[in-house]
Amino acid sequence: MALAFDEYGRPFIIIKEQEQKSRLRGLDAQKANISAGKAVARILRTSLGPKGMDKMLQSPDGDVVITNDGATILEQMDVDNQIAKLMVELSRSQDYEIGDGTTGVVVLAGALLEQAEKLLERGIHPIRIAEGYEMASRLAVEHLEHISQKFEFNATDIEPLVQTCMTTLSSKIVNRCKRALAEIAVKAVLAVADLERKDVNLELIKVEGKVGGKLEDTELVYGIVVDKDMSHPQMPKRIEDAKIAILTCPFEPPKPKTKHKIDIDTVEKFQTLRQQEQKYFDDMVQKCKDVGATLVICQWGFDDEANHLLMHRNLPAVRWVGGVELELIAIATGGRIVPRFQELTAEKLGKSGLVREKSFGTTKDRMLYIEHCANSRAVTIFIRGGNKMMIEETKRSLHDALCVARNLIRNNSIVYGGGSAEISCSIAVEAAADKFPGVEQYAIRSFAEALDSVPMALSENSGLPPIDTLTAVKSQQIKENNPYCGIDCNDIGTNDMREQNVFETLIGKQQQILLATQVVKMILKIDDVITPNNY
Amino acid sequence: MAVERLFKDEATEEKGDRARMASFVGAMAIADLVKTTLGPKGMDKILQSTGRGRTVTVTNDGATILKSLHIDNPAAKVLIDISKVQDDEVGDGTTSVVVLAGELLREAEKLVNQKIHPMTIIAGYRMAAECARNALLLKAKDNKEDSEKFRSDLMKIAMTTLSSKILSQDKEHFAKLAVNAVLRLKGSTNLESIQIIKKAGGSLIDSFLDEGFILDKKIGIGQPKRIENAKILVANTAMDTDKVKIYGARVRVDSMAKVAEIEVAEKEKMREKVQKIIAHGINCFVNRQLIYNFPEELFADAGVLAIEHADFDGIERLALVTGGDIASTFDNPESVKLGHCKLIEEIMIGEDKLIHFSGVEMGQACTIVLRGASSHVLDEAERSLHDALCVLSQTVNDSRVLLGGGWPEMIMSKEVDELARKTPGKKSHAIEAFSRALQAIPTIIADNAGLDSAELISQLRAEHHKDTSNCGIDVISGGVGDMEKLGISEAFKVKQAVLLSATEAAEMILRVDEIITCAPRRREDRM
Repeated sequence: MALAFDEYGRPFIIIKEQEQKSRLRGLDAQKANISAGKAVARILRTSLGPKGMDKMLQSPDGDVVITNDGATILEQMDVDNQIAKLMVELSRSQDYEIGDGTTGVVVLAGALLEQAEKLLERGIHPIRIAEGYEMASRLAVEHLEHISQKFEFNATDIEPLVQTCMTTLSSKIVNRCKRALAEIAVKAVLAVADLERKDVNLELIKVEGKVGGKLEDTELVYGIVVDKDMSHPQMPKRIEDAKIAILTCPFEPPKPKTKHKIDIDTVEKFQTLRQQEQKYFDDMVQKCKDVGATLVICQWGFDDEANHLLMHRNLPAVRWVGGVELELIAIATGGRIVPRFQELTAEKLGKSGLVREKSFGTTKDRMLYIEHCANSRAVTIFIRGGNKMMIEETKRSLHDALCVARNLIRNNSIVYGGGSAEISCSIAVEAAADKFPGVEQYAIRSFAEALDSVPMALSENSGLPPIDTLTAVKSQQIKENNPYCGIDCNDIGTNDMREQNVFETLIGKQQQILLATQVVKMILKIDDVITPNNY
Repeated sequence: MAVERLFKDEATEEKGDRARMASFVGAMAIADLVKTTLGPKGMDKILQSTGRGRTVTVTNDGATILKSLHIDNPAAKVLIDISKVQDDEVGDGTTSVVVLAGELLREAEKLVNQKIHPMTIIAGYRMAAECARNALLLKAKDNKEDSEKFRSDLMKIAMTTLSSKILSQDKEHFAKLAVNAVLRLKGSTNLESIQIIKKAGGSLIDSFLDEGFILDKKIGIGQPKRIENAKILVANTAMDTDKVKIYGARVRVDSMAKVAEIEVAEKEKMREKVQKIIAHGINCFVNRQLIYNFPEELFADAGVLAIEHADFDGIERLALVTGGDIASTFDNPESVKLGHCKLIEEIMIGEDKLIHFSGVEMGQACTIVLRGASSHVLDEAERSLHDALCVLSQTVNDSRVLLGGGWPEMIMSKEVDELARKTPGKKSHAIEAFSRALQAIPTIIADNAGLDSAELISQLRAEHHKDTSNCGIDVISGGVGDMEKLGISEAFKVKQAVLLSATEAAEMILRVDEIITCAPRRREDRM
C-alpha cells in the first residue's frame, strides 16, 4: 500500500515498520472519521435540553460520576479514537471559552458530519463541502447577530440575569431549586464583576462543597470558606475584627538553601545552639504579635513548640492552607502574602470583620469562615447536598451558570433558546443558499439541515414527535416572521420563547456554530489515517 | 461503516434500557442486602475482611455493612454513598435510607416498563417527596419547652434506636446512659467529649457512665497512685531526647571523653526541662509523647504523677475537661493555665488498671465504659451507642419528634396518595408509586419480625384513614398498636433526611441513560 518505487523500479519504504501499521485512505478514511465523530455525538445527544438524561461514568479507579455536562462526560470517557479525541477537544474549548453549551456544540458537529457524509456519497469533494460550511457558518453567525436582542440590567435589577442562568440550570439535575441557585450565581458574579471594564474574574469565586444537608441549604458567603481548622484545639473559635497575617514560611527554624553543616563538638556549642533554637521560635511568634496580627494563616506546618507559643500569646493560627486559598484570602482581606517573618509589617495584614469556625454533622468536620472582609470581591459558594455525586454535579452546573452570567456582563446580547435560534438560522441559511452558484450551494443547504438537528434532539428528548414538532415550529416562524418560536420542552403551552423566558447568550451560540464548523472542516480535510497496529 | 473502536480496551458502554436495567438491578441488590437488618427484629450480618487476619465484624448497622462492601456497580455506589452521608449527618437511619431508595427504584422500574418516561417519574417523585415532607412537618411534635417531657422524648428515641441493635436487651439502661451523656453536652453536637472505653469482660449491663474522665493508661512506677486536688499540666512535648531542630546540625566529636561530656549536657538539658515543668507547681503531668525513663525517674522523685503517651484525642479531651492549656514550652509558668481535678486515682475495671480523674471542672465531658463478653459484642455495642448518641445530640438541637414503628411512613403515604388523586396526568402514577414505596418500610419491618405483613399493613392503613391515629406496628405483640402508648418515637430530623436523600438518590439513578465504564487502572503486581 505504502510502497513507492524509485526510478529503477525498486520498491522502497516510506513509513517505518509499515507492516505493523494499518492505514486508511481517501473516502474510506473520511467515512471512518465521520462515523467516529457521529458516535461521540450520539452519546451526548440524549443529554441535550431540559429533559435530557444523565450519564453515569465510572473512572479507572472505580469512582462514579453522574453528570449531563457535555464537557465532563467527554473528559471522563476513555476515548481511544483520534477523531473522537478531536470532539473531546471541541467540547473542552467551548467549556474554556464560554462555559456552557458544551453538549450542543458536539451535537451540532455530529449533525454537520452526518450531512457531509451524504454529500461525499454524491461525489462532492470534501474541500468544497468544507468551504460551503464555512460560508454558511458566517451567514448563520451574522443572522444570529441580527435576531439577537440587547437586554438591560444593572447591579440592582438582576432579574434578566437570573432568568438566563435559570435556562442553563434547567437542564441539570439541580433544576429543583434552579431559582435559588441562579440567584446565588448571579449575586456571586456581580460581587466580583468589574462593571466598568465589563470583566469578571471567575477565579475570585470559590466553590466549596460539603456533603450533608439538602440542596436548598446552599449559600453564598461573602468571604472565604476554608476547609481547615485552628491549629490548636484551644484557640478561640471566633475572632472579630481580625487582622490576618498571611504567611508562606513555616514556623520552623530556617533551612538555608546552601548545604551546610553545624558541627557540635563541645558542650558550649551544644548549649548555645539550644538557646538559639528557642529564640527562633520566640522571635517568629513575637514578630507576628508585634505587627498587631490577631490571626495567622500559614501555608506550612508548625512545630509543636511554635504552636504552643502561638496559643500562649493568644494568637490563633491556621496551618496547611493551600496556595490558591491563600491567594483568595489575600485578595479578599486586602492583605499581602508574606514570605518571610522579617518582612511582616502592619500594612501587609489583611482585615476581616469576622472569622469563625463552624462544625457540621456528627463527625468532626469543621470549616473556617472568613467574612466581612475589607475587600468583598472574593466570594464563596458553599454547596450542600445529599451525596458526593450530587455536590460534584451541582458544582459543575453552577460553573456553567457562573460562566453564563459572566458572558452576559461582557456582552449583554442574547438570543432565545429552546432551539428557536437554530431554527431561525436554518431558515436564513436555507434561503441564502440559493444565491450561491456552484457545488457550495449543496453544502450550505446541508448546513441548514444540520442546524435543524439541535431542535430535533430537543424535541426527541422531551418526548415530542420530532419531525411534526420541528416542521410545525418552522412554518410558524416563517408564517409569523417571528424568530423566537422554539420547542416547548416543558409542556407549558406556548412556543414563544420570549414568554417562556428561555435565553441564551449570543456569544455562546455564535461560538458553538463557529467551533463546530471548524472541527468539521478539519475532520473533512483528513484523507489518510495511519495508526500503529496493536502496539 | 461501523467504528471499530471508540473507547480504549476493556472500557464498556451500556445504553438506554440496558443501562437503566443495570442500575436498577444494582441498586435493588444493595437494598435487598441490608433489608433484613431493618427494624427491631432485624438480623445481623457477619463481615469478614479480606485483609490479613481475616477480622470478623458482626453488625446490623447499615452504614457499617455497606462501607465494607466492594462493589462494582456504579448505581450501587450511589446508594452506599447516601448511607455514608446519612451516618455522618444524623448518625441513624442508615439502613432505612438505602431501603427506601431501593424501593423507590423498584417502583420506578415497574413504571418504566409501562413506558412512562423517567423524567415524568422524577417529576412525580419530587412532588410526592415535597408533600410527604409537609405531612411530616405538620405531624411533628415539639416538646422543647417542657424539659420533663423533652427528657422522656429523648429516652423514647434512644430506646427506639437501640431496640434494633444488639443492646436491645438492656435498652433502658443504655438509653439512660446515652440521654445522660448527651444532656451533659448542653446543646453542642461535639460528641468528642463523650469518651467510650471498651473493656472485655463482665456483661453489657455492667456498662456505666462515669462523670469524670478515664484515661486508659498506667501510672509510672514509684509514683503516687492517688492524688487529691490535683493540678494537672497537659503537654505535648518530646520527653525522650530533645532533638536539635536547626537544620544541618550534627554531633561530631573526636574522643570518648567528649561523648561523655555531651551526654552529660544532654541529661542536664532534660533535667532542666523537668525542673521547669515541676516549677509550675503541679502534681500531675500528662504528655502526649513518650517519656523516657530518666525524666520519669525525676518526676517520681519530685512526687509528680507522670503519664506518658496519652493519645491525641485523650490529650484534647483531658485539656477540655480539666480546663487546662496544652503546653509545649515551659518558660513562663505563671501564664500557663493548669488543669484541676479533685481526685486522680488508679481504678481497676476487670483486669485492667485505668486512671480515673474525678471532680473535673467542666461538667460537659463524661466517659462511658462498655463491658461485654467479647470484642465483637463490644464493637457492635459501641456502634449502636454511637448511633443513639448521634441521634440524641441532633434531637437536642432540633427537638421535633415523630412516632415510630412505621407511623411516619403511613402518614406520608396517606398524604401522598391523596395528592396522587388530585394530580392529573401521568405524574400521578409516579406519585402513587412513591406512596407504595413508603409503605414498603413498615412491610419490611413486619416481615423481618415474622409477622403477616399484608394483613398488618392493610389494618394499619384502615386505622390511618381516621384523621388522628397513632397506630404503628407493634413488633413485640405482633399486631397494630398505639405508638404513643408504647413509647416508640423517632427524631424528625432523621426521618426527613431519610426521605430527602433517598428521593435524591433515586432521582439521580433514574436520570441515567448511559453507563460508561473506563478500563480499570492496571495495578502493578507487587507480589
